[in-house]
Amino acid sequence: MDKLKVNIGSLALKNPVMTASGTFGYGKEFADFIDLSRLGGICVKGTTLHNRQGNPYPRMAETAAGMLNAVGLQNKGVDYFISDIYPEIKDIDTNIIVNVSGSTVEDYAECAARLADIEKIPAIELNISCPNVKEGGMAFGTSTSSAAQVVRAVRKVYHKTLIVKLSPNVTDITEIAKAVEAEGADSLSLINTLLGMAIDVEKRKPILSTITGGLSGPCVKPVALRMVWQTYNAVKIPIIGMGGISSWQDAVEFILAGATAIQIGTYNFVDPTISVKVVDGIADYLERHNISDIKNLVGKLQV
Amino acid sequence: MKKMLDLVVVENNKLNQNYCLLKLSTPDKSVLPEMYPGQFVEIRVVDSPTTFLRRPISVNFVDKLKNELWLLVQVVGDGTRKMSEYKTGTIVNLLLPLGNQFSTPEKHQQELLLVGGGVGTAPMLYLGAILKESGFNPKFLLGARSSKDLLQLDDFAQYGQVYTTTEDGSHGQKGFVTNHSILENIKFDRVYTCGPKPMMMAVANYAHKNQIECEVSLENTMACGFGVCLCCVEDTKHNGNVCVCTEGPVFNIKDLKWIS
Repeated sequence: MDKLKVNIGSLALKNPVMTASGTFGYGKEFADFIDLSRLGGICVKGTTLHNRQGNPYPRMAETAAGMLNAVGLQNKGVDYFISDIYPEIKDIDTNIIVNVSGSTVEDYAECAARLADIEKIPAIELNISCPNVKEGGMAFGTSTSSAAQVVRAVRKVYHKTLIVKLSPNVTDITEIAKAVEAEGADSLSLINTLLGMAIDVEKRKPILSTITGGLSGPCVKPVALRMVWQTYNAVKIPIIGMGGISSWQDAVEFILAGATAIQIGTYNFVDPTISVKVVDGIADYLERHNISDIKNLVGKLQV
Repeated sequence: MKKMLDLVVVENNKLNQNYCLLKLSTPDKSVLPEMYPGQFVEIRVVDSPTTFLRRPISVNFVDKLKNELWLLVQVVGDGTRKMSEYKTGTIVNLLLPLGNQFSTPEKHQQELLLVGGGVGTAPMLYLGAILKESGFNPKFLLGARSSKDLLQLDDFAQYGQVYTTTEDGSHGQKGFVTNHSILENIKFDRVYTCGPKPMMMAVANYAHKNQIECEVSLENTMACGFGVCLCCVEDTKHNGNVCVCTEGPVFNIKDLKWIS
């Protein structure tokens, strides 16, 4: 299936379908449902320098065609990942990408540095867009100067493929995208969740412990698609598109809008086999339209 | 091993205004995966535009002879309402089996009490059946608002003595389960409970005060059901926030922060 192969910087993917951080655990949780080696890549759960307990329960509210979450980057820290989780997943025949987050520029850089020499981690995704942490996270991704500052610091210590995950909670995502590109990022992934909230009217209280949280699922797809299209027209580096993808048709929409690869997120909860269905659906689409290389489809929206 | 399976509705009994009992089997007569008391399934609800996520429902009973999985469904929103309308022959998609299970008592722990309230009585039926099968004689204590909300009493009676409480006194003793006289009259070795959180906390307090081993089954709001979204966490004494869907839903009360 050579026609499905794409490249993100120096990272070669067997197909453009990846799974999004925070929705796919460390991959192994899905091994009962699908053959993980059929995926282009797996972005594992957001990882920070130190252990994080995340936010208090309740952390989730269902919405129309989506959900809000306020997990807050619960994870056991990068050293635990390397010592305890990595050995269990390193032999999965796909690209394992670690999503890296932090509260300070130094934390981001240190976390990235510890992953730099791990053999079977060919790339990291820098999360400057988590809306659920008090310090850092999205704060870095909502101004051009702080976004540039984090990427600059990480780029100095991390020489493999560097993907930067952008926040949609900004006035003009292309400004951030250009600033990140200028600092040497190899790729941009977008969008992270949209800031939202939900209220229990009987109790007159917010449903989430943090009041606000990140909205994801099919409801955000049109916003995500628009941002991918805008960003595609503003930068030269490859884009990984995501936001509400729940079918191969959604994936092709993102590719036509300018995404070289895509990530499937929240819909993994609804259908844990959706990622391989999307791989098959894209392959059928190429066949049906007589397209010999998926790269010829990227950004080919006819306007 | 977890599976994603299409099952067929073989029966859907409306038990009262708010509850239905869904009986599911395999469309091709293949044997249902092994399921244990305390485990749950995530059921996908199609044709309900407002229902996006799967609905976690505990295993009410597994009829091995008939190859049936029973799910007790309380109608609380659009998703469960849609389930209550499923006709015989409807195909539903499930993830199963999910979660851990209630632990088996030690041989010397002969006095077992299974306490259920509301839809929380659901896992107690299967637990009682398996305990009975293993040579124990469990006792059931079931609580509800009123007699019409006490469900499956005949089924429970097959596996042990049934005691009831109702808030309006229309069946059994009046009051909450924790007011029932058997809690004072019998020295239990082990208590299992599932139901509304205040009820479980009251049962946990009773068990703690009387130094009785106690397991509770939690129903924290969850999205995925298999440990990846990290939404359903419970704060535990030694391990911090853990997923109810994978580390639970069954917890020993000594691991929870419920009792100070």
